[in-house]
Amino acid sequence: MYRFNHKNLLGMDQLSVSDINLILDTADSLMEISSRDIKKVPTLRGKSIINFFYEPSTRTKASFEMAAKRLSADTLSLSATDSSMVKGETLIDTARNLQAMNPDIIILRHSSSGAPHLLAQYVNAGVINAGDGTHEHPTQALLDLFTIKKKKGRIKGLQVVIIGDIAHSRVARSDIIGLRKMGAEVTISGPPTMIPVDVESLGVKVILDPVKAVKNKDVIMLLRVQLERQDKVLFPSLREYAIFFGLNTQLIKGAKKDVIIMHPGPINRGVEITGDLADGPFSVILDQVSNGVAIRMALLYLLIGGG
Amino acid sequence: MITWIKDGELVDPRSGTKKKLDVVIKKGKIESIIPPGKYNPPNSRDVETIDSSGMIITPGLIDMHVHFREPGEEYKETIATGSRAAAAGGFTAVACMPNTRPINDSRSVTEFILERARKANLIRVYPIAAISMGLRSEVLTEFGDLKQAGAVAVSDDGRPVTNSELMRRAIEYACFFHLPVISHCQDLDLSNKGLMHEGSISTKLGLTGIPAASEEIMVVREILLAKLTGYPVHIAHVSTEGSVEFIRQAKEQGIPVTAETAPHYFSLDHTAVIGFNTNAKMYPPLREPKDVEAIKRGLSDGVIDVIATDHAPHSPIEKDIEFDKAAFGIIGLETALPLTLALVREGVMDLTTAIAKLSYNPASILSIKGGILEEGKEADLTIIDPNNDYVIKKDSFQSKSHNSPFIGWRMKGKAMLTMVGGRIVNDKLKIGN
Repeated sequence: MYRFNHKNLLGMDQLSVSDINLILDTADSLMEISSRDIKKVPTLRGKSIINFFYEPSTRTKASFEMAAKRLSADTLSLSATDSSMVKGETLIDTARNLQAMNPDIIILRHSSSGAPHLLAQYVNAGVINAGDGTHEHPTQALLDLFTIKKKKGRIKGLQVVIIGDIAHSRVARSDIIGLRKMGAEVTISGPPTMIPVDVESLGVKVILDPVKAVKNKDVIMLLRVQLERQDKVLFPSLREYAIFFGLNTQLIKGAKKDVIIMHPGPINRGVEITGDLADGPFSVILDQVSNGVAIRMALLYLLIGGG
Repeated sequence: MITWIKDGELVDPRSGTKKKLDVVIKKGKIESIIPPGKYNPPNSRDVETIDSSGMIITPGLIDMHVHFREPGEEYKETIATGSRAAAAGGFTAVACMPNTRPINDSRSVTEFILERARKANLIRVYPIAAISMGLRSEVLTEFGDLKQAGAVAVSDDGRPVTNSELMRRAIEYACFFHLPVISHCQDLDLSNKGLMHEGSISTKLGLTGIPAASEEIMVVREILLAKLTGYPVHIAHVSTEGSVEFIRQAKEQGIPVTAETAPHYFSLDHTAVIGFNTNAKMYPPLREPKDVEAIKRGLSDGVIDVIATDHAPHSPIEKDIEFDKAAFGIIGLETALPLTLALVREGVMDLTTAIAKLSYNPASILSIKGGILEEGKEADLTIIDPNNDYVIKKDSFQSKSHNSPFIGWRMKGKAMLTMVGGRIVNDKLKIGN
C-alpha cells in the first residue's frame, strides 16, 4: 500500500499525485463518520493539536477543530489577539514555546506568505498551512479537488475556470497547482490588474473576459473580491466588478450543462456571484464546507502517523 | 621601518601594469616599485618582509556604498566592526550612506562618524551626507558645510528623492562643491509594498512584486536631469537589464552618468528567494537571469563603472522573521572580492578591469585618495591569494551581522593582507607573528 511520507503540509507543491489520491480516498472513507449519530472515533486519542490562527477565519478554523474532535484529538485554539504576538513576541519565539508543550500538530493561519515554512524550521511538531498570506491554502485546494471528484467522478481532463483576484488569492494558487497535478485544464479570468505576471508559468491559460472564459467549462471557481488589497486599488468599484466580472445566470449559459460553481467563501452576494446562483442547483458551495471536514480529518490522520 | 612586499604580481589599473614587481614601503608611503631581485634592503633588522609569491598586489579596495549603522543601530554594526569586516574583505576605504539614526544631514553627524572612524583606527571611512534633510525630499542639506566637515558625496540612499525639481537643484548645487550625487533609483508608488522582483517567482510564492520599471523610471529621470543640467549623477546598485541599457545609451550620448552594481546582482537571481529566504530580500531585489546577464555585459563593456557592496547589516530581529516583515539588505564586504574574482575566471572581465571597479574607479568618482599603486602614494594596498579555496561560514564574518545569502558557498580568492597607510589591518599571512 502507498505510504504517506510527509511530516508537514506546507503547500500543494510538495504533494505527488499518489499523495493527493491517498488523501482524497482517505477522506472518502472518513466521510461517513460525520453522518453518524455519535460523530467520534478514537483514532487520535491522546494526540494534541494546536489551532493557531493569526488571522480571522470562520470556516477553516471551525473545520479543523471539528475534524480533530471527531478523531478524538485534544485541541487548543489560539488567535492573534489572545497570543503573545500582541506583546511583540516573534513567530519563532512563539513557535519554540508552543513546541515546549510538545504538540503533535500545529495548524497555522497567518497573514504572511511563508510563515508556516518558517514555523516548520523551528518545531518538531507537524505543521499544516491553513492559509499563508497570498501564497497557498493547500487544505482548501484538497477539499476543492475532493468536491470536484465526488461531483464529476474524475478530475483529469476537466475544464476549470477560476475567476477573480488571482494575484492576491492563496486559494487560486493552491487550486491551480492541485488541478494541474491531477490533469485538469485550468483557465484564469478577471480584470488584468488581478492577473499576476508570468502566471502562465504555473501551467494555466489566461482568458481575461469571463464571457469567453466560462465557455464549455465543467467547473467555475470564484474568488472573494475585495476593493482594497494591500493599499493597491485594482478596480474602481464593486458595482462595476459585478457588471463585467460577476457570475450571473446569463454568463453561466456558455458553460457546460452540468457545470458546478465553487467558492471558498465568504461570499460577497451580488459581487462575484448573484445570490440566486449561489443558492441554486449548480452551486456546490456548501458541499465544499462539508467535504472540508473530511479532508482535514484525513490529513490529521495521515500526518500523525496513520499513513 | 621598511616593509618589503616581494615576489607578488602587481596589478595597477590606472597605469595598466600587471607584472611581477616588488613594493617597498616606508613611513606609510610607497617608496619604490621595482623588479623582483633588484631590491637591496639596507639593514635586515629594520625590514619586514612579506612573501607574496603566487599572490596579487592591488590598490586597496574601495567600497563606495556601505551602511555602518552608527549612529543609532549599533546592535547591527558599528563603525569599528564594519571597519574590521572591510579590512577582512580587502577594503582599505569605504563610503558610508547617511541613513543612520540620526540621519547624516548635518555637520555634527558627519564629524561624529569621522571621530568614530578615527577611534576604530583601521580603514578610511568617508561619510556620504544626505541630499535632503531627514531624507524627506523637501529641503536640501547644507552641502558646503557638510563637505567642509568631511562628506565626500551626497545621497538619499535607502529612499529616492521623490521630488524631481529638488533632485535637479541638488545636482546643480552639488557641482559647485564638487560633491558627487548618488541616486537610489526607486519609484515608490510603483514598488508599493513590493517584497521581491515581480516575475514568475513572486507569482509562485504569492509575494508582492517590485517591477523592474520601478528602478528604470528613476534611472531615466536621473539621466534626463544629468542631461538637463550637464552635471554628473552616479546611479547606485543597478539591477535590471533596462537600467543597463538606458545608462549605456546615456553614456553614448556623452551624458555625465556613472553607475555601480553589487556582487549579488551578478551572482544570484530571484530564484534565491524560493523557500522564503530573507537573506535574499534586498532593494533593489534579485532579478531574472536575463538581468544578471545584462549586468555582466555592463561590467564587461564599461557601462557599469563600479562594484560596490551595499553592505547592509541586519540582526536576527530583522531577518529571522516572516518574509514580508523582514528588512531589506545583506552584508557584502567579506564576499565581494571572491564573487568578483569568479567573474574574472568566468571571462566576463579581466583582472585589471575588475580591480579598477573595486578601487580606482570609485576613488575617481568620489575624488578620494587611493586606487593607485605608484611611488610616493599612500601605501593602501591589498594582497590577494586568487587560489585560496574555502567555504563561507556564518561564524566567520567580522561584521557584527551575518545576513548573507552566500553562507555555505564555496569561494575562491581571498584578501590575505590589507594595508592602510603602511599599517597592516588584516593579516592572514601572519606577518605580525
